[in-house]
Amino acid sequence: MAETRYTKDHEYIRIEGDTGTVGISDYAQAQLGDVVFVELPAIGKAVTKGGEAAVVESVKAASEVYAPVSGEVVAVNSELEASPGTVNEDPAGKGWFVKLKLSNAAELEGLMSEAEYQDYVKTL
Amino acid sequence: MLNRQGRPTQAGEAASEQHATFTGNKALQQIEPLIFEIGHHETTGVDIDAPAPFKSRLGKHARKDGIGLPGLSEPEAMRHYVRLSQKNYGIDTGLFPLGSCTMKHNARLNEKMARLPGFSDVHPLQPVSTVPGALDVMLQLSHYLMTLTGMPAVALSPKAGAHGEACGMMAIKAAIAAKGEGATRNVVLVPESAHGTNPATAALIGFSVKSVPARPDGTVAVEDVKALLGPEIAAIMLTNPNTCGIFEPQIVEIAAAMHEAGAYFYCDGANFNAIVGKAKPGDLGVDAMHINLHKTFSTPHGGGGPGAGPVVLSQRLAPYAPVPFIHIENGKPRLIENKDDAPAGNQPFGRMTAFHGQMGMYVRALAYMLSHGSDGMKQASEDAVLNANYIRAGLSDLMSLPFPDHPSMHEALFDDEWLKGTGVSTLDFAKAMIDEGYHPMTVYFPLVVHGAMLIEPTESESKASLDLFIATLRDLAMAAQGNDKARFTAAPHHAPIRRLDETRAARQPVLKWVKPQPIAEAAE
Repeated sequence: MAETRYTKDHEYIRIEGDTGTVGISDYAQAQLGDVVFVELPAIGKAVTKGGEAAVVESVKAASEVYAPVSGEVVAVNSELEASPGTVNEDPAGKGWFVKLKLSNAAELEGLMSEAEYQDYVKTL
Repeated sequence: MLNRQGRPTQAGEAASEQHATFTGNKALQQIEPLIFEIGHHETTGVDIDAPAPFKSRLGKHARKDGIGLPGLSEPEAMRHYVRLSQKNYGIDTGLFPLGSCTMKHNARLNEKMARLPGFSDVHPLQPVSTVPGALDVMLQLSHYLMTLTGMPAVALSPKAGAHGEACGMMAIKAAIAAKGEGATRNVVLVPESAHGTNPATAALIGFSVKSVPARPDGTVAVEDVKALLGPEIAAIMLTNPNTCGIFEPQIVEIAAAMHEAGAYFYCDGANFNAIVGKAKPGDLGVDAMHINLHKTFSTPHGGGGPGAGPVVLSQRLAPYAPVPFIHIENGKPRLIENKDDAPAGNQPFGRMTAFHGQMGMYVRALAYMLSHGSDGMKQASEDAVLNANYIRAGLSDLMSLPFPDHPSMHEALFDDEWLKGTGVSTLDFAKAMIDEGYHPMTVYFPLVVHGAMLIEPTESESKASLDLFIATLRDLAMAAQGNDKARFTAAPHHAPIRRLDETRAARQPVLKWVKPQPIAEAAE
């Protein structure tokens, strides 16, 4: 079963086998406001945990989407380039950013579970 | 009741009810179409003779149809531009509380000096021997900028703040390259509270950027900086006073830590107005800092006015200052235009501008300095800080302060904690200020504060002006907390154009005016 883990910077990664789908949480999209632009990495790019994986720009601010874990970019959601609003409408589903092939699955240990993340958001 | 002239002496009924007008104008506030919409290529304001018959040598390159420039008669052209100018809101219209921007009064004396024919009519290509006065202005301005900042060198030519940042960071890059560390020392530290231009500048110059976290009190801690230092760190870009309006208490320690690690300290001087005559960046350990003449020294900006962003440099960076610059040789000024002409010991990194920078701004800034004197400039800074704290004190019982423990410098920063549960956002509040006739403050910046409202009144405002501003914001704040939501969420109610769809403007920007097709053609 797919398991979703979260970072303190509000990225999620949904694990399926040795790949993970990365996006931003519902809380993050609400805080950002209407997303107007998404910049995605090239397929094949190696990203490191905490490094920049994508850029998201809203009417309020531009922010980096950090890689929750290290890996190689195997797919990007290029539909976001034409319709960035999908990030607001369906952040956990159609609004995903990149798929990573994990290079160090042990890094997942440091991330929050769904329940832990919901508790974390309540403290903000 | 009517008087004998039949003129009503009392307000009509329901004066507050708005109704659409036939013309779209709102009283004497005229709507104004684009010049392409009102002009016609067959209309002209100038009677020019038709050219005598001639034979074109353009052949097949000759234009087949007109270029479609709009023509207007002189009164039409005059009305068009006067109406446009009336739509502009500037410091000459009213209080302009834009934080981190220092919108202060530009004294008419500065304008008078800049318009002296000897200054306004000089051309950058005329022989240097014919402009000793202009060189003298540049030298005097340089002298005062170096004196006020306690720095040994200045590059005058950068044209604005971000351009100045680029100049300073290029000097740092050149100094690093001269030490043979160009390949390895390539990371710049930027605090979370920085101006967005800082990381952008560092990235543009080819550095990668590492973020320094803000402490809960809005300042940068020397331990956090030290934890990030290493042989790859080239510089830190720090604003002081910072964008939260707080003087960085550990700035001297941060500068020392940078220098010990072989790195440089770039200071963003956008907020210099708070400390002119009070603290010298040179004493704080700064290696490079731009000075926005158009903020601190009152030269006009906003509405596309020209900026000027001279950069003061430390002894370590001075040799890399860009051309052109003035070098004193045997007691006489010599303009150094090319890298190869630079005196021994100088290795200019290049050139930032085609010519010498914004001469008109140099004159205005110098006029400001000379008319204020050192005591006047010091008092201006003190009054700017006093005014910001007066606003803070006048509003802090209603609006929440993110950093209540630090006194404010030249700007008062509020967050949106006090709006929680009202259904009114910072943006709504700012839009309602437009209805009250005020340009809103800076909102949603700095990013480290939720729903930030950053107010910088500057020293230009009188107590009466500040009192009215505070009273207006208090009235709005109480309305926001008193469930008068419609006043905010639908604001501005009274502006010629109501709330704009920012999301659609960003997602589907219309960047070019397209001439509407005549109905007959469109039907084809």
